[in-house]
Amino acid sequence: MKTVWISIVAVSVANAVIKAAGPVLVGGRELPARARGVIGLLAPALLTALVVSEVFGEDGRVTVDASALGVLAAAAVLALRGPIVLAVAVAAAVTALTRALA
Amino acid sequence: MPLVLPTLAVGVSFGVLAHSLGWGLAAPVAFSAFTFSGSAQFAVASILGAGGGVAAAVAAAVLVNARFLPMGIAVAPALEGGRLRRALEGQAVVDASWALASRGEGRFDRELLIGATLPQFAAWFGGTVIGALAGDAVGDPERFGLDAIFPAFFLALLVDEIRTSRALAAALVAAALALALVPVTPPGVPVIAACAAALLGLRP
Repeated sequence: MKTVWISIVAVSVANAVIKAAGPVLVGGRELPARARGVIGLLAPALLTALVVSEVFGEDGRVTVDASALGVLAAAAVLALRGPIVLAVAVAAAVTALTRALA
Repeated sequence: MPLVLPTLAVGVSFGVLAHSLGWGLAAPVAFSAFTFSGSAQFAVASILGAGGGVAAAVAAAVLVNARFLPMGIAVAPALEGGRLRRALEGQAVVDASWALASRGEGRFDRELLIGATLPQFAAWFGGTVIGALAGDAVGDPERFGLDAIFPAFFLALLVDEIRTSRALAAALVAAALALALVPVTPPGVPVIAACAAALLGLRP
């Protein structure tokens, strides 16, 4: 349990420092135009990486499991211009159903 | 708020996981209150749960959350006040709020960033309490497909971000990088490395 608490304190401090670093170091300065060009692409790159690594990455392996089917169903809802809440609910439901049937 | 329910559900699954590892109530709740980062918290729980040590757990969490460094630089011009205030406002950077607050061309909406984070924090904290208390009654959160919630949600945010062919190119490069790195690097590294796809924005 001591290990758990030390980890919690250390991770909380490290996380706060990482999040504070950019705002404190950059301050209110406008970033140069080229930097803004890169930052503008950070969101699509980051979100794609989060989706891909969470859906297909597990314990250092590339796998296709029930959650991939769920996220695919969410993609279909989004392609039909369905609301976000519905897409998320469908993802969970399809994943759960696939696991129940498997 | 489409953010609250998914965050609550994943918060519950973190509480349940912590409960199954014998962490009690105080530890997971303190973790959610002070770290407030699902990806880092799940990484720490899975490493400690598998018998790993503090160093491995903290290193994994730092790697997983290193993305908040470029994300913090990105929002910096939009924040207000002196250093301390900026450091505090920077804590509002979490994936979903950051993506929502992104207005394209590298600009961010400060009110939206903070306004979206506060209810998520409440949901994350409340979900952890529920999960840690309910524990066994909930059972395995994967049974309910809760692990598909965040990827589906990020996918929805991603759809809004693909406004240009350049954004689409960055997304495709990022997907390829992440997939290629998942089998050969520790968790967190594929996501940070995939951020390099944003360097496509250097081209005028």
